[in-house]
Amino acid sequence: MADETSIKINYLAALTAGLWRENPTFRLLIGMCPPLAVTTAVKPALTMGLSVIFVLVCSNLAISLMRNLLKPHLRIIMFTLSIAAFVTICDLYLRAFQPVMSEILGAYVPLIIVNCIIIFRAEACASKTNAWASILDGIGSGTGFTIALCIIAGIREVLASGTLAGFTVMPRGFVPWAAMQMPVGAFVTLGLLLGLASVLTRKRKN
Amino acid sequence: MDRVYILIMGFLSVVIVNNFVFTKFLGTCPYLGVSGRLDTAFGMGLAVTFVTALSGIMTWLIDFYVLVPLGLEITRYICYIVVIAGAVQLVEMYVKKFFPSLNKSFGVFLPLISTNCVILGLCLFINIWGTDNLLEVTVLSTGTGFGFAVAICIMAAIRENLILADVPESFKGAPITLITAGLLALAFMGFTGMIQ
Repeated sequence: MADETSIKINYLAALTAGLWRENPTFRLLIGMCPPLAVTTAVKPALTMGLSVIFVLVCSNLAISLMRNLLKPHLRIIMFTLSIAAFVTICDLYLRAFQPVMSEILGAYVPLIIVNCIIIFRAEACASKTNAWASILDGIGSGTGFTIALCIIAGIREVLASGTLAGFTVMPRGFVPWAAMQMPVGAFVTLGLLLGLASVLTRKRKN
Repeated sequence: MDRVYILIMGFLSVVIVNNFVFTKFLGTCPYLGVSGRLDTAFGMGLAVTFVTALSGIMTWLIDFYVLVPLGLEITRYICYIVVIAGAVQLVEMYVKKFFPSLNKSFGVFLPLISTNCVILGLCLFINIWGTDNLLEVTVLSTGTGFGFAVAICIMAAIRENLILADVPESFKGAPITLITAGLLALAFMGFTGMIQ
């Protein structure tokens, strides 16, 4: 009985770790390209986040199933190849059913292949644990990443065009900050949010 | 003469106006992680330039002469990844054999180049831009790598001086680096419109 509960707690931990404790963007600082590149508005950011969740869950599952067959020196190339296969599926799906989003995201969808989050999760979790825990870990990390993307995109969209996910939220007479739409806005917003995250962590520790 | 002009302008455009780090956010990871010291950053920049040029040319050749005629575009990403990993392996072997001291200072960062977004990003963007001759591809891929080297060297030099600055405790490390990068991006925006 005692064993069963401890396993259950582990599953729960695997699911929630990615949300804040090991949040890829705010805490681990990995996979920093998409949070900067696709966050001009909420909708593309959400699409990107969902694509990453899909790829992360599938590749975690595949790698976890073949973890006993992997030779150490060939491991990274096997990770990358399986990730590339799932990203291709995702890219074709977006092109067929979400052509507008596919146009906006452009080359950043195939760039999920070299996103450090996915290789990091494969190395740190999927190549060591069983299939269920790796799926939950993928969902957790992916959700944490999606939330981070949406926060950044929300701030930038509200300030840059006065809308949130397409709906107008700012009062009339609001002057849009054009800089938030540009690369400057991305870097500075993420920098300030990281600073805020570190302030929060330090407060909790004290 | 026209052709040379176009090539030079293309080179300047990817180095300065459309710098991959500041306008497309590619290669931000090594940019934040590695660029602490100027000499390491310079070596890293050179290695990335070489790999970018090599894999840019090779992926274009494979795309143009193998994948498109055979209708195998669906396997494009997988092919690109294999080519890049091979190119990095090649550079690693070369550096190990001929520059053992440089190899020691790179350490683990050399194999990690293969997951650098600049390289895959360039191969994809060459595909999107629809470049259709080898000379242009060579110039563009060398220029992109060079642009990354310039960006990472500027950042490393700033960070060497940033150690002396009085930054709030919570903003030390990545946050202040990102904000600095934002200001640099603003500076590089001044070049917009210089080249049509």
